[in-house]
Amino acid sequence: MQRFKFWKKGLKDGIPIFLGYLAVSFTFGISAKNAGVSSLQSVLISATNLTSAGQFAALNVIATSATYFEMAFTQLIINLRYCLMSSALSQKLSSKMPFWHRFIMAFGVTDEIFGVSVSVSGKLNPYYSYGLMSAAIPGWTLGTFLGVVFGNLLPIALGQLFTAMFGTALANPTLAAQKIVASLSIALYGMFIAIIIPPARKSKKIAGIVVISMLLSLAFAKLPILCQISQGFRIIILTIIIASVAAILFPVKNEEGEVA
Amino acid sequence: MGGNIYIYIAVMALVTYLIRMIPLTLIKKEITNTFIRSFLYYVPYVTLSVMTFPAILDSTGNLLSGAAGFAAAVLLAFFGKSLFKVSVIAVLVSAAVLVAEIFIA
Repeated sequence: MQRFKFWKKGLKDGIPIFLGYLAVSFTFGISAKNAGVSSLQSVLISATNLTSAGQFAALNVIATSATYFEMAFTQLIINLRYCLMSSALSQKLSSKMPFWHRFIMAFGVTDEIFGVSVSVSGKLNPYYSYGLMSAAIPGWTLGTFLGVVFGNLLPIALGQLFTAMFGTALANPTLAAQKIVASLSIALYGMFIAIIIPPARKSKKIAGIVVISMLLSLAFAKLPILCQISQGFRIIILTIIIASVAAILFPVKNEEGEVA
Repeated sequence: MGGNIYIYIAVMALVTYLIRMIPLTLIKKEITNTFIRSFLYYVPYVTLSVMTFPAILDSTGNLLSGAAGFAAAVLLAFFGKSLFKVSVIAVLVSAAVLVAEIFIA
């Protein structure tokens, strides 16, 4: 019963992930269809990979008929950040927890599930993770399916709605539809903010780390040369640098992970 | 299409899974080394901050709308609102700004 309680809590906390994934994977479904991937194959990609940037990049690899090695290398580079996340997550797991849970929990290490998992106080219950995955995986695969099947109908419907409301035709309904759906992805960023701000409020050190991370990320995104670095690598480079400096300046002493 | 799509899918799924699985199964114990422990403690804060900013500003395709969503989320999170409320209100605020801009312009 305890397990069911944790699972239900995870499912509930996973609702924003479900909604955000539904929107993001809808745009993935549209892209997949445009790349010539069938609905079954698109859903299969989403169900077995559960990752955003890696899947979009994979469509390029498939469309250009690149080698299998190139596919493996692309995924390794883009998804390398999960390696850091899994390492951090390993410290949230109890050594008493049956080992096989780790093999299932590993599948659910996405940016969003990781974010929600680390915000849990104390050790992470595997059934809580399964609850999060039970919300995230259906959202991701269903959105993909809807994107493939209805991706082309949405612009038509939107165009008709616009004409009915304003009497004039919408200039570019396809672009408008994609923009509207993509804009829902802000839900996932909102979730990240809900995770990092409360601890930052309690600890000035964490607040400083959050602000510095955001400013350096902005610099990497906008400054010449630095902006050439891909988003995936930017995450890895900045995480290693900033977390290392923070670890040297403010080593964590006690069990609770509080800054001494 | 040159390669077999199902082999492509198998390759990407395997690589992605291994990246997630290897650290989680290899690091079985609590790390006692203070530096590595502290490093891993700070990883989530840095990673989530870097992923969020400045990407959130472009997330709706409109800077003003993205910035409004960001500001709303920070404010609500600061006052301890739930994950769900923060993310939904961020969507609503950014959408409201987006719609307002369309009508004003």
